[in-house]
Amino acid sequence: MALIEIKGLTYTYPGATQPSISDVSLTVQKGEFVLITGPSGCGKTTLCRTFNGLIPQFYQGELKGEIRVADLDAAKQPTYEMARHVGLVFQNPENQLFALSVEKDVAFGLENLGYSREEMRKRVDWAMDLTGITDLRDRSPHEMSGGQQQRVAIAAVLAMQPEIIVLDEPTSFLDPLSAQKIFDVIHDLNKTLGISVILVEHRLDLTARYADHIIIMDQGKVRLDGDTRAILASDETRLIGVGIPKATLLYELLQNEGANLPETTPLSSEELAKMLQEALKN
Amino acid sequence: MLMVEDVHFSYSSSIEALKGVSLTVDDGEFVAIMGQNGAGKTTLVKHFNGLLKPTSGRVLVDGVETTKTSVAALARTVGFVFQNPDHQLFSETVEEEIAFALKNFGYAPDVIEKRIEWGVNLLGLAQYRKTSPFMLSGGERKRVALASVLAWDPKMLILDEPTIGQDHQQKENLRQFIMQLQSQGKTIVIVTHDVEFVAECNPRVVLMREGKIAADGEGKEILTNPQVLKESSIVLPQIAQVFSILNAPGLPKDVIDIYEAKTLLLKKLGVTSR
Amino acid sequence: MSRGLGGSVFDGLKFRKVSSPIHNLDPRMKFVYVIAVFVAAILFSAIIPLAILFVMALPFVLLARVQKQWLRSLRGAAFLALFIFVINVGGSYFTHGFTLLAADWENAAAMTMRFVVLVESFSVFFLTTSPDHLGLALEQSHVPYEFSFAFTTAVRFVPVLAEEAQTIMDAQKARGLELEKGNFMKRIRNYVPVLIPLIVSAIRRSLELAEAMESRAWGATKKRTNLYELKLRKGDYALLAIIIVILALTVYAFLYVHVPTVRSFFGYA
Repeated sequence: MALIEIKGLTYTYPGATQPSISDVSLTVQKGEFVLITGPSGCGKTTLCRTFNGLIPQFYQGELKGEIRVADLDAAKQPTYEMARHVGLVFQNPENQLFALSVEKDVAFGLENLGYSREEMRKRVDWAMDLTGITDLRDRSPHEMSGGQQQRVAIAAVLAMQPEIIVLDEPTSFLDPLSAQKIFDVIHDLNKTLGISVILVEHRLDLTARYADHIIIMDQGKVRLDGDTRAILASDETRLIGVGIPKATLLYELLQNEGANLPETTPLSSEELAKMLQEALKN
Repeated sequence: MLMVEDVHFSYSSSIEALKGVSLTVDDGEFVAIMGQNGAGKTTLVKHFNGLLKPTSGRVLVDGVETTKTSVAALARTVGFVFQNPDHQLFSETVEEEIAFALKNFGYAPDVIEKRIEWGVNLLGLAQYRKTSPFMLSGGERKRVALASVLAWDPKMLILDEPTIGQDHQQKENLRQFIMQLQSQGKTIVIVTHDVEFVAECNPRVVLMREGKIAADGEGKEILTNPQVLKESSIVLPQIAQVFSILNAPGLPKDVIDIYEAKTLLLKKLGVTSR
Repeated sequence: MSRGLGGSVFDGLKFRKVSSPIHNLDPRMKFVYVIAVFVAAILFSAIIPLAILFVMALPFVLLARVQKQWLRSLRGAAFLALFIFVINVGGSYFTHGFTLLAADWENAAAMTMRFVVLVESFSVFFLTTSPDHLGLALEQSHVPYEFSFAFTTAVRFVPVLAEEAQTIMDAQKARGLELEKGNFMKRIRNYVPVLIPLIVSAIRRSLELAEAMESRAWGATKKRTNLYELKLRKGDYALLAIIIVILALTVYAFLYVHVPTVRSFFGYA
């Protein structure tokens, strides 16, 4: 049974004339690392919010179609129930931290769910350890950098031990090195704990390498859905106008001019460099 | 056009944000100021229009010391587009938003009308003239903010992190727009940590670290120098990364253009181009 | 990057992260102490007991090492104190048929001292109690969680909003807005381009916060638990003892002791 099963999902915000997503269907298996990308306004942010029920419960509006997440009807199940299974991390780190200390923020969800103090203490320490923020435990949010704040947000979501973590452009406000740290943390959670990850991002040069599964949206619809390498190599992707990693583009250029490199499309500079090293040896 | 002479600046008695920065920007130059968050980039550019005044040292805009004049006066020469357009937008219509600065600067109504017309057309906002800026999308709001600053045609334009949250196409549009402005003689300063964007534009790069200038020179050189970049917490652009990891004899390391990379690699692989 | 907030009387309310026995006391007990002082200050109208109440705060201030901030808050209150003094003297002047007795001066001084005692005890409380400690106290005191959450969240965002206000002012100044120019009406209108973005931003922020809250199971159960727990310790019980002594003495003095007036030492009625 798939972790996320969406069939024909269409959603219109209250007062809007057009739906933000139309007829979206997709499947996510347990343990996958899915990358969702597409030009601004393609509906990826809207789609994220259907995973945990924010749409339609918080935003109201009109939702058609089916969405099952962790075998629950995400549209009908109260958001606080969905929170146990789907963690959502948002774009702006500052607006996800409410408490005056990091620890208390990480515990927030657990407090809401009524966990015992001992259980909370265990989970909070565990989550902070996994995200590398244990030494920040007493800091107040305003004293931290954006990257640190975002790691607190991830820890806060992680503490509830969801099966899926969805991140909506989590590194928009961060510099490349801080962004890299975030992706390393997420990748680690996916590989070692088996938590499914859905990452919405523009910066494919930093993230394409992690995803086995990529979904490209445009104007509210899913245009491409499948293996990352195959899709990033396709012409249609280029036409939609997403930021294909430069290494991949360079590979394409070289292949088109007869370079005869291996068939596997590289997704990062490391992969391409390795490929070229092999080719140069011959 | 702009001279920064040994500027020190402290926000409070304990934090010195700028520790002796010196810099000259000539008319018509395109400069990218880069560096980690907290290196002092935004602090530095806020001195260019007088929002901040140096604790010691001086800043001269077209020969006038910034301490001897007001922000409003300097703003006529130096236009500053802030990172978040929502920090600037407040009017009922896009027109009024563009007219705001023009009214502040005392332009005549007929000139204001002409400038609004020019501004909306330049940034593709003509159909939104009478729309409330709050109804527009994020990308559109950024364009309104940009139009409202360009409206008074400042000699120098400062863009603070213009690529944040922009998708690939929007960044490409921005890049072309900047090149267009530069060809019209404007001096452009962008503050950014987007290495790929800077690599595409290949401007002069001023790299900052801990309140000082760590490097100042041609974009291509600085962006492909791993040592310099590491110390300033910036990553290499992807194309340069490939060459750096490849480390092949005979291949240069300072490549940032994808087409140049292709030609060099094809030659190295011994492939005759069709 | 956070920048410090300016302010005079506000310095007396800003918490400082210092570790002292006073800082570590349970905020609920400290609050009870403040109430006790409050009650005592209300019961007494004579200057000598009020002056004693004032002096009683000094050991706390010194133990907590917040002298500088505490003095600053007193300085901030000085203006209002002077105002109260003048009002009282003026009032007596008119009601006693345009003359002033020694009693009037002493009464005015007493009223002023009462005001000062109230301000100063609250000041010590806020100076030595961190906002999260306060929030925790509110949570544990069976105040509905919505309120303590609103309180701590508001405190958490004060520096953020202050910085944002500064950024917005900078952004508009960079478009030629001159906040200091013009007559009174013009100056008020000058703030519209600052207020609107601030308000819009605050609304957007609240929306994002609400989303994040919902996504972290807000409202899952009515029986919300807490990571921390406030427990009364030795120091708190010591404070409790002091409170009881103060209240006992107050009641005793109020009922049985004839408090001498300062003026009687000088031979006035």
